[in-house]
Amino acid sequence: MSKTITLDGKEIPFQEGQTIMEAATAAGEYIPHLCHNPDYEPHGSCKLCTVKVNGRNCTACTFPATEGQDILNNIKELSDDRQKITQMLFVEGNHFCPSCEKTGNCQLQGVAYHLNMLDNHFPHFFANRETDASHADLMIDHNRCIFCNLCVRASQEKDGKNVFVISGRGINKRLIVNSVSRKLVDSDIDINDCAAHICPTGAILIKRTGYTIPIGERIYDKQQIDAVSLAKEHDTHGE
Amino acid sequence: MKEFVQNLVEKYDFQSVRLLPLLRDIQAQYHFIPQDAIEHLAQLLHIERTQIISVIEFYSFFHLQARGQYDILISDSITDHMLGKPALMAYFCEQLGVEIGEVRADGLVSIDNTSCSGMCDQGPAGLVNGYVLTNLNRPRIDAIVELVNQQVPVNEWPEIFFSTTDNIYKRNILLESTITPGEALKAAFARGLKETLHEVDVSGLRGRGGAGFSTAMKWRFCSEEAETERYVVCNADEGEPGTFKDRVLLNTYAHQVFEGMTLCAAVIGAKQGFLYLRGEYLHLFEALQQILQARREQALLGNNILESGLTFDIEIRLGAGAYICGEESALIESLEGKRGIPRNRPPYPVTQGYLQKPTVVNNVETFFAAAKIAVVGGQAFADLGTKKSKGTKLLSISGDCLRPGIYEYPFGTSVNEILHDCHATHAFGIQVGGPSGVFIARDEFDRQLAFEDLATGGSFIILNEGRNILDLVKNFTHFFAHESCGFCTPCRVGTALLQKQFDKIVDGHGSAGDVVALEELCQLVKNYSHCGLGQTAANPIISTLQRYPEIYQNLLKKISYEPGFDLDAALETARQMANRDDAHAHLAQVEEE
Repeated sequence: MSKTITLDGKEIPFQEGQTIMEAATAAGEYIPHLCHNPDYEPHGSCKLCTVKVNGRNCTACTFPATEGQDILNNIKELSDDRQKITQMLFVEGNHFCPSCEKTGNCQLQGVAYHLNMLDNHFPHFFANRETDASHADLMIDHNRCIFCNLCVRASQEKDGKNVFVISGRGINKRLIVNSVSRKLVDSDIDINDCAAHICPTGAILIKRTGYTIPIGERIYDKQQIDAVSLAKEHDTHGE
Repeated sequence: MKEFVQNLVEKYDFQSVRLLPLLRDIQAQYHFIPQDAIEHLAQLLHIERTQIISVIEFYSFFHLQARGQYDILISDSITDHMLGKPALMAYFCEQLGVEIGEVRADGLVSIDNTSCSGMCDQGPAGLVNGYVLTNLNRPRIDAIVELVNQQVPVNEWPEIFFSTTDNIYKRNILLESTITPGEALKAAFARGLKETLHEVDVSGLRGRGGAGFSTAMKWRFCSEEAETERYVVCNADEGEPGTFKDRVLLNTYAHQVFEGMTLCAAVIGAKQGFLYLRGEYLHLFEALQQILQARREQALLGNNILESGLTFDIEIRLGAGAYICGEESALIESLEGKRGIPRNRPPYPVTQGYLQKPTVVNNVETFFAAAKIAVVGGQAFADLGTKKSKGTKLLSISGDCLRPGIYEYPFGTSVNEILHDCHATHAFGIQVGGPSGVFIARDEFDRQLAFEDLATGGSFIILNEGRNILDLVKNFTHFFAHESCGFCTPCRVGTALLQKQFDKIVDGHGSAGDVVALEELCQLVKNYSHCGLGQTAANPIISTLQRYPEIYQNLLKKISYEPGFDLDAALETARQMANRDDAHAHLAQVEEE
């Protein structure tokens, strides 16, 4: 007999060693997330996937599922606060969706739609961030980086390189590139690397591929992020 | 430079986990970490240059741009402020001819603020090239300016500038008599290690860093792990503003602290221990090394300790200016030569700590107490204190009292009694447990020091009538924003937003909804942050909002919306460009109704 946890009143099975996120996704339940991607080691930093486990806030993508947990996910309190955490990400960087190539395909935007975020709520930081277009095939717009660490993990875990690292501290945190010049062009990143394609926002973009799909016909123009995410991640977690 | 780095790396045995000490030495030599040094280090240690850069950019004491040959840091703790730090800092800058944060044009000197340096009972305090300066005043600053301008090496400066005192005013079971070197280990070996662990259990000793986890339980969990390579770590990253008892313990009772660590090693079966010493306590480093050496010579460290068959040694690792490294998993990351980012838990350090091996991390005071318990037995300790908080606690008392210093009290002691002892006669409120603790008002002075009432790592800052409580909250709120590691969104962005929102209100730009917005933000940061730093970062605001809501409300404008900035000042650039300064080129702030 398989072990179970209770998610929003519904009993769902889990396997030993699974996180709450993995168990929920396998059972077809969406927990909002940005820094999590089932193909990589969980990071636990964006905190969007915070759920209440027996009354205590826990990070679903890193917290192990154990027998008898009573978990709340889809409740107003958490949705409201997830919206605020998303707003924090928006005001921290410089996100101008209408002029961003990633619009409609951006997970940050997708989550914001899903959480019914209508404004930025908090005062903007107007951070002074750079753009690095030195590389022939791809570019980084640091204004859009949300420090999900996925490019760092992808480069390490899948590409066997160490192109990216998070540096700095606190609000001065930043993504840096591993090259003497600190420029992408002098790093050993390649257009076929996983790290080049993993960015959930428009921070890392592939050159000369923009707008091949018109705005209005993109991923989150058609479907909510919960459906998209489950369709994509269910298999990985559901094995 | 290549040779310098090569020699250093050899000195540190090519171990990348020793990246912090390596960088400390390079910083001391060049006053920054040069690009070439980074490349050499990366090659010699076989690590990525980005790991090195990320570490440099994380710790306050490392720099990618050159600081002055004399790099002066002034402690920015609220206790330093209360002793006149802001005016002294201004005077210091003026006399040196340099702005805060800057390097003087001749490259000779730089000055900046630093988080509490742990000298709250002898401030205002600072650091010069890492070495502590105490009791700063104008004559002393004049002398320092002269020494800097004459380019007198720091080791030739008058010793009195660097002198520190213990200021112990109240002793109980721990400080009344200390053990002789080896006494605790002999007692433990005679009694048996299992039995000694039982004594620690009987004593009821709980972690003295503030969290209060059972020490015996932690040691037992670690000893029961399947993995036999285990570590003992002493957390001497005493960064909580207003705390300085670990400095005193390491200054005068280091033998007993090291003995407590060795005892733990015997119990859990560890061969290697670390003392993670905060960078601000560099002045203790040499003396501590000598004590370790003396213990090796007395067969209290090294192979076959006291002929028991136990092998254990201790290495001191210095931090480099990061409050977050007081969090045990961040401390472990730092020990491994990385940025101090708290890990996801579980797993806990007792199962996967240093190098993913079972590790006990305890506070300096915990090891100090454990050594004593091994000698006198657990019951003597358990007889003191309350039901849930056994034994005694060392307090670091500072602020408005005549006798700031170290006080040892049994748990259960009332705040009133403490105030009486340290000669605080006009206290208006007390910050208990540092910025991450709680502010208590006068009508709460009958409360007790205990985990079940006022839990504290030992910081006890007294504020007299006439002090502005908002100065304290501002200092603490900025402190947390500065020290947030940046890992998780709620703390990274939230502490910066708390700073903005709080400043907006105290700067007089707050309107009707702004206190409510501040409260909401506090809850968000508290409930969703990854670790204790974020979870407590809003405490200064929360605890003062609860007690003094009127202070906040009175700062608000009487209009429904007030811009968060000075409208007219924002137009200054436009006026200059238009070459106008007439009445029509000015904009009134929104009129009060």
